[in-house]
Amino acid sequence: MSIPETLSIELAHYLTVSGVIFGIGIAIALSKRNAIAVLMGVELMLNAVNLAFVAFARFGDRFEANGIDPLAGHAFVVFVLTVAAAEAAVALAMAVLVYRRRETVDLDRINLMRW
Amino acid sequence: MESAGIIAAFWILAAVTVGGALAVFLSRNLIHAVVFLVLSFLGMAGLFITLSADFIAVAQILIYAGAVSILMVFAVMLTPMSSRDNANSLYAMPGVVLGLAVAMGVAFVANDVEWSVLADLDADRFPTTVGAVGDLLLGRYLLAFEVASILLLAALIGAIMLVQEDDA
Repeated sequence: MSIPETLSIELAHYLTVSGVIFGIGIAIALSKRNAIAVLMGVELMLNAVNLAFVAFARFGDRFEANGIDPLAGHAFVVFVLTVAAAEAAVALAMAVLVYRRRETVDLDRINLMRW
Repeated sequence: MESAGIIAAFWILAAVTVGGALAVFLSRNLIHAVVFLVLSFLGMAGLFITLSADFIAVAQILIYAGAVSILMVFAVMLTPMSSRDNANSLYAMPGVVLGLAVAMGVAFVANDVEWSVLADLDADRFPTTVGAVGDLLLGRYLLAFEVASILLLAALIGAIMLVQEDDA
C-alpha cells in the first residue's frame, strides 16, 4: 500500500501540537480562579515543551555533526520531569497551607500582598 | 514517517491530547478537569511512543499520569470548602487571547521554517533509548543529575515541612 507524500507526519506536525497545548496551558494558567487549576495549566505547558524536545531529538539531523548526542533532548526531558514533580509537590503543599489559614484557594481572594 | 499506522496514530493521539487539554479548560468541575488532564497526559505519552521515545513515554505515564495527578486529586480533596466549579477569573479573556496568539505563532513558525531534518526517517535510529539515556544521565549530565536529585529531595522535605501540623 503506497501512501502519498503529503500525508506523512513531519516535524512541523509535532511542533504545531506542542504549540497548541502550550497555548491551552497559558490560557488555563492565566484564567482559572482555583490555584490547583492554575497548576494544571503549568503542567500542560511543561508537557508541551517536552513534546518539542523529543520531536527535535527524533527529526533533527545536525546532532552528530555538532558533537551532540541525539538523545540529549531525552535527557533534558528527564530533568524537566524531575523539576515538574518537585514544583507540583511544593505548589500543592502551599495550596493546602493557604487553604488551612484562609479557607480558600481562590486566587482572586488571596490578596494579602496586594499593593 | 509514512507508514499508515504512524499517521493514524499521530492524528488520533494528537486529537486525544489537544481534546483533553481543551476539556481541562472547559469542564465545570475540578475533579473532572483532573481526569481530562490525565487523558491529555496519556495521549502525550502515546505521541512520545510514535517518536520512538520509549523511556520518556513510560516516565511520562509514571510521573505525570500517576504521581502528579494523584497529588492534584489529594490537593482538591484537602480543600473541601473552596469552590470546585473551575471558574474563570477576571483575566479569562486576556488569557485566552494570549494562549491563542502563542499557539498560532508557534504553529506558523513550525510550518513556515524549512527544518533541517533527517532524510531517512524510517531508518532504525533508536532501537531502544533506555540504555543510551542512562549513559547520558550518569555520564555527560552527571552533575545536572545530582543537582536534580538534591532539588527533588529538598522540595519534598519542604513540602512535608509546609503542611505539617504545628501541634504534631
